[in-house]
Amino acid sequence: MRSRRILITGVSSHWGGRLAEELEHDPEVETIIGVDPAEPTRELERTEYVRVGAQHALLRRIVLAAEIDTVIDTRLIADSAAASPRDVHENNVIGTMNILAACSGGGRDPNPVRKVIFKSSAHYYGAERDDPAFFTEGMQRPHAPATRIERDIVEAERAVRSFGARNAGISVSVLRFVNALGPGIRSSHTSLFSLPIVPCILGFDPRYQFIHEEDIVGVLAHAVREDLDGIYNAAGDGVLALSEVGGLLGKPLVPILPPWGTRLAAMPLRRVGLQVPDEVLNQLRFGRGVDNRKLKASGYRLRFTSREAVARLAEHLRVAAVASPQTEPYRYEREVEAFLRWSPSVRNATPHAAGELDRYEPEELARLARLLQQVAEERERATR
Amino acid sequence: MSGASSGRDGEAAAPSLVPRAAVARRHLPAIESDRQVTDWGRSERVESFMDRTLYEFLYHYWFRCEVEGIEHVPSNEGALLVSNHAGALPPDAAMITKAIQEEHTRPRPVHLTVEHFFKGYPFFSMLVAKIGGVPAHPANVQRLLHDERQLVLVFPEGSKGTAKLYKDRYRLRRFGRGGFVEAAMRAQVPIVPIAVVGAEEAAPAFAQLPLMKRLTGLIYFPITPTFPHGGVPGMLGFLPAKFLIRFLEPIPTDQWGEDAWEDRGLVQTVAEEVRARIQDELHDMLAKRRSVWFG
Repeated sequence: MRSRRILITGVSSHWGGRLAEELEHDPEVETIIGVDPAEPTRELERTEYVRVGAQHALLRRIVLAAEIDTVIDTRLIADSAAASPRDVHENNVIGTMNILAACSGGGRDPNPVRKVIFKSSAHYYGAERDDPAFFTEGMQRPHAPATRIERDIVEAERAVRSFGARNAGISVSVLRFVNALGPGIRSSHTSLFSLPIVPCILGFDPRYQFIHEEDIVGVLAHAVREDLDGIYNAAGDGVLALSEVGGLLGKPLVPILPPWGTRLAAMPLRRVGLQVPDEVLNQLRFGRGVDNRKLKASGYRLRFTSREAVARLAEHLRVAAVASPQTEPYRYEREVEAFLRWSPSVRNATPHAAGELDRYEPEELARLARLLQQVAEERERATR
Repeated sequence: MSGASSGRDGEAAAPSLVPRAAVARRHLPAIESDRQVTDWGRSERVESFMDRTLYEFLYHYWFRCEVEGIEHVPSNEGALLVSNHAGALPPDAAMITKAIQEEHTRPRPVHLTVEHFFKGYPFFSMLVAKIGGVPAHPANVQRLLHDERQLVLVFPEGSKGTAKLYKDRYRLRRFGRGGFVEAAMRAQVPIVPIAVVGAEEAAPAFAQLPLMKRLTGLIYFPITPTFPHGGVPGMLGFLPAKFLIRFLEPIPTDQWGEDAWEDRGLVQTVAEEVRARIQDELHDMLAKRRSVWFG
């Protein structure tokens, strides 16, 4: 199915904004509507922003009014250091249920939604001693989740699965992303890797798999273009050892956490601002790898391997250490955005049209200009 | 079970498998040349260091390994190597691996399945993965054998084999629940039984201390000639017994079809047969051995 009318939830999150930018370039996408309780953090050209959280009654009205055929849920928080446990639960579990409620039919009007894409996390699998070296999509985790965030993600996925079972006509994709790396990402892991040393647990060298942020956007857009029905692991090729990550970053591995009483030892670190949440501790101890072959078989070509993602981060960190702070960040101004989109006075400043022309080579453009001129001259001659 | 067939016969039945196998194999990650560690966590640097120092010495000078039937190990297909297991910190795995490096016409890495315990115990978890240990999860074995066509070494006796005392030497324990046969049938690779003589005398365990096992969190806590009074180095205090490693004729597992691994009865029968073959071979080797130390 071709997705033409798209709703992105969490458009103000990093992923939502990046995905909206990517989809804006697709001429076959007619409409992109982004919803979020917070204002967008990226400069979007034709995406329409509506300030609304995960309230299903309001979302339902938007979905029906705009005849949305594809809903992409990018809100999931996969890092428990990002918000308080209660907010994470509210967002990941309650929010997901509300969004699914807005996508399911019922009522008098036929349901326009044909596809739901849910951005999930490999934390679904957890990280335990008895894990397989590569999780495939069909595998169950060997033990019930022990950390809050894993419980929430498992519960959210359960809601998505039962939504899929109840709505046979809707294609449901669940994309489980491994730890993301990239210059635009701030997570527990990027902050650990930004330290002058790479902290580890004494006596452990866990396996780590990463995905570059561009691939995350790429996989989400791939799921919009193709029908990826079911669950897909999204991860870069290659599973690194933490010692290898340290080598790529050019930083020594320092065992600042003891093998026993690790959680207790992590507490004073929180005091000094070093966030090592429980799910990260599990990864630092046991590590995790996932099998990405199903995604590759679906036709997506990963741009970066795990190793390349780390190498890119290393380059970024080196530059960031000397670069001056960035220019003023983008600020969303409702009036300006409305003016740019809807005012009849706006002519040549439509960045979208400029984007269209960017795709052609200069010679092609020159040829096109000559052709247009010829057509105009002929027209003129004919009228004369 | 036809005695004359070998691992090569696996290819005759291959065509029916091709589509499924092709998908699983085509999308395996490419090997990046500047990696230091494989996706399994195996480090060539650490491994070759161990190989040049400890294994080299043990193999040639301390245990003076003698190898028979190395040609039974296939040179490019996947195969499941099944061996008897003994010794407090068992040297048999390292010696089998070294034998394939030294004697085989096409030396290949061997992946050793280990208990999940090793992944959860500090330092062991670092070292065991680096030198080729892979947690014994059915999915891991399937990926190695079928998708990556590697050699996998299993000790079906598990810790029951290594925890047994000196008085029970060369008496094979129960072969688990036949999981290894299931794995080989699923991956459609041959089983190569291996009989090892010498490991029992190299690291004999005279008693087990359950209390110490509980306190340290180890899988067992034996008393050997050098452990625990020798401390951690005492774990490596092997006596210089003469090692004899015999690779037996492979048992092809594709003769029963693709779905044979779901047949519990057949799996148990084959597991019992493999066990009996190794046990018989051990008796034969012991009967011919004149001295524990000189062979």
